[in-house]
Amino acid sequence: MSLSTQPPKEPFRLGQLLSDTRYRSITIQVVALVLFALGLWWLIGNTAENLKNLGKTFSFDFLGQRSNYDINQRLIPYDSTSTHGRAALVGILNTLLVAAMGCVLATVIGVIAGVLRLSKNWLIARLMTVYIEGFRNVPLLLWILLIFALVSESAPAPRAFANGDANMILWGTMAITNRGIYVPSPVFTHGAWLIAAAFVVAVGVAAWLRRKSLREQAATGKPPLPLWQAAGVVLGLTGLVYLLQGGIVFTLLFVVQLAIIAAIFIYVRRFVRPALQYVPSQRASATATALGALTALLWAIYISPALWHMLTGVFGTPAFTPSITLDVPALGGFNFTGGFNVRNSLVALWLALSLYTGAFIAEVVRSGIVAVPKGQSEAAAALGMPASRSMSLVILPQAMRVIVPPMISQYLNLTKNSSLAIAVGYMDVRATLGGITINQTGRELEGMLLMGVFYLALSLIIAAAGNWFNARVKLKER
Amino acid sequence: MKKPLVFCAMGALALGAGMAQAATLDDVKARDVLNCGTNTGLAGFAAPNADGVWEGFDVAVCRAVAAAVLGDPMKVNFVPTTGATRFTALASGEIDMLSRVTTWTFQRDVELKFDFVGVNYYDGQGFIVPTALGVTSAKELDGATVCIQTGTTTELNLADFFRSNGISYEPVPIETNAEGQQQYLAGTCDAYTTDSSGLAATRATFENPQDHIILPEIISKEPLGPLVRHGDSDWADIVRWSFFALVAAEEFGITSANIEELSAGTDNPEVNRILGVEGNLGAQLGLDAEWAKRAIAAEGNYGEIFAKYLGVDTPIGLERGLNAQWTEGGLQYAPPFR
Repeated sequence: MSLSTQPPKEPFRLGQLLSDTRYRSITIQVVALVLFALGLWWLIGNTAENLKNLGKTFSFDFLGQRSNYDINQRLIPYDSTSTHGRAALVGILNTLLVAAMGCVLATVIGVIAGVLRLSKNWLIARLMTVYIEGFRNVPLLLWILLIFALVSESAPAPRAFANGDANMILWGTMAITNRGIYVPSPVFTHGAWLIAAAFVVAVGVAAWLRRKSLREQAATGKPPLPLWQAAGVVLGLTGLVYLLQGGIVFTLLFVVQLAIIAAIFIYVRRFVRPALQYVPSQRASATATALGALTALLWAIYISPALWHMLTGVFGTPAFTPSITLDVPALGGFNFTGGFNVRNSLVALWLALSLYTGAFIAEVVRSGIVAVPKGQSEAAAALGMPASRSMSLVILPQAMRVIVPPMISQYLNLTKNSSLAIAVGYMDVRATLGGITINQTGRELEGMLLMGVFYLALSLIIAAAGNWFNARVKLKER
Repeated sequence: MKKPLVFCAMGALALGAGMAQAATLDDVKARDVLNCGTNTGLAGFAAPNADGVWEGFDVAVCRAVAAAVLGDPMKVNFVPTTGATRFTALASGEIDMLSRVTTWTFQRDVELKFDFVGVNYYDGQGFIVPTALGVTSAKELDGATVCIQTGTTTELNLADFFRSNGISYEPVPIETNAEGQQQYLAGTCDAYTTDSSGLAATRATFENPQDHIILPEIISKEPLGPLVRHGDSDWADIVRWSFFALVAAEEFGITSANIEELSAGTDNPEVNRILGVEGNLGAQLGLDAEWAKRAIAAEGNYGEIFAKYLGVDTPIGLERGLNAQWTEGGLQYAPPFR
């Protein structure tokens, strides 16, 4: 670099702020910043003046005041003597619940519909097209209202169960009514620790087996222990301990039941597994094992007591009582009492959100699959790989790169759309904090600000989690 | 136009600067139409008729004010509001007054910064249940599912009632009376609760009204009345005295039939003052002398309006009860026009 070409240093002139490219960009940014600050200042000043003219103050004190209203679905203890802050929290949890349930179901529906739309079976492919286009092109609100009307108009009222016009299903443990689905809830008693211990041991065993078989696959190419078998280990061991608490007859009956369930499962999995199973890495497999084990836990504490309930109905109460029993809903007065009530508002909102977003996810999945070059599936076919295996082992893993980023925004959409809950009276954060609380306290500005902050934070968290996952599965370039 | 009170924090744009407390009367006159917030539909109180014209007991108050201020009872733009949206609509200036079975409470008056101008219906909260349920008292509703409009005083009373009686219930939150009616008839809720006048009005629209009973318990006081924003006393006076003119008219026997005759002048100086024959009450309000005459002529006096929309000869069939004139043992009482 030669110094002689350096131009002589000129004194700084004001005109250079516009004419000199070195300063111009900074000038523009400073001006923009000042304008933005002025706009913000005007907005805040305007708000403050309006509030003053209306004689209102800006304060979040209302969050600590007694709410005085009741909420029908609460995941945490709450009654009308609780505070508005707690009511908001109840609403937040309800929002999170329906969003989480919606994301899971929408993914399942979307992946299946997306894959099936590409099916060579003409009927299945067209049916999926009808579903996808139907749901994508009709506003979500209409679907929510339609499904709500379906579930509340088609099911019988609890009164119908009293006079025998309707019957409970699943061995008398579950009732579908026009107010919601009443399902049994688990009750834990003295010996529950034994089940928990058996569960922990079983998870350890299953994880060890799975790891071992994955190492074996890496070394020899032998297929690893399927996930359902790993989950079956957990399920079987835990269930066995559970049943032994009730005596030998029940244990034997359980084993027979289990064999039937396993047979059905093996049969079904031949059709379902190829479309769903996707094993990109060992760590992902371990995660999936954990999920399988969790499912098994749910089985152990939930479905097996239902089985128990049925068995006691047939064989009478055994000498020993199991440590986990079910609180089975029973008619009491106007409604069923006991168990959980999965309200129609939740069911309608959940199904509508899932089906609607699922249609979009299906298109995302389809585009991801189509984006994988045809040569990949042809190569797999040339190796003699059946279509189902080539989908799960060749196509879907590559399609993931295309699928994951738009998926994140679908999850965001679903979460934000859950605020349409108001249409069916589901008590989400929009209905508690953004509805009744605002209305009863007159704190519109504060309430809306809090809601904005909540949805913003939730969206950012979902986006961050999605991006983290995307970074893990995307093509690694080195 | 007032600047909006509420705007979402994110990207809110409150356009236009100006006096937040500009005189509502001037706005209404300049606009030549009264923006009146009312119900989304409650038979007898506020609902569009077969021709799409709003009519009802609450609507009549809007008509009277429009007649007094603008000279034409039809110069009203009705803005349907729900229990949850009504206050925001009023506070933001979207409507000039609210006439929508709204209970006068301390908190709404003081904290929410509204002015209630009077009580056009003295009511109380009740319950309706299907006769088939065999329930005869609200205290037997332990464990019942109850439909309730959110954002209302009835919602709060309901929580208090069940709590103080040590019984439980499941609330089903709904937005509008129509939705409540639909859910109640579908059996989604065992009972529906709202002001007992509203229950009577709702029951009147049922296919088989006799299959439903309104339980005897009245669990609250619900003085319902029109209201305006706090801070514009001149406008509040106009709405208040337009309503009182209707009440006083019944007391003094001014009806839509004899109003022309009486406005030629009578022996009763108060009637003369109301009808603008004597004194300058209209000028004191910033209106002309015949303001009250027009308000009364719009739909008749209070008693006529009651009989026309809610009375025993209507499908709703409400007795006057507490809403009779004070001279008849009721609570309706207009302060002196002097």
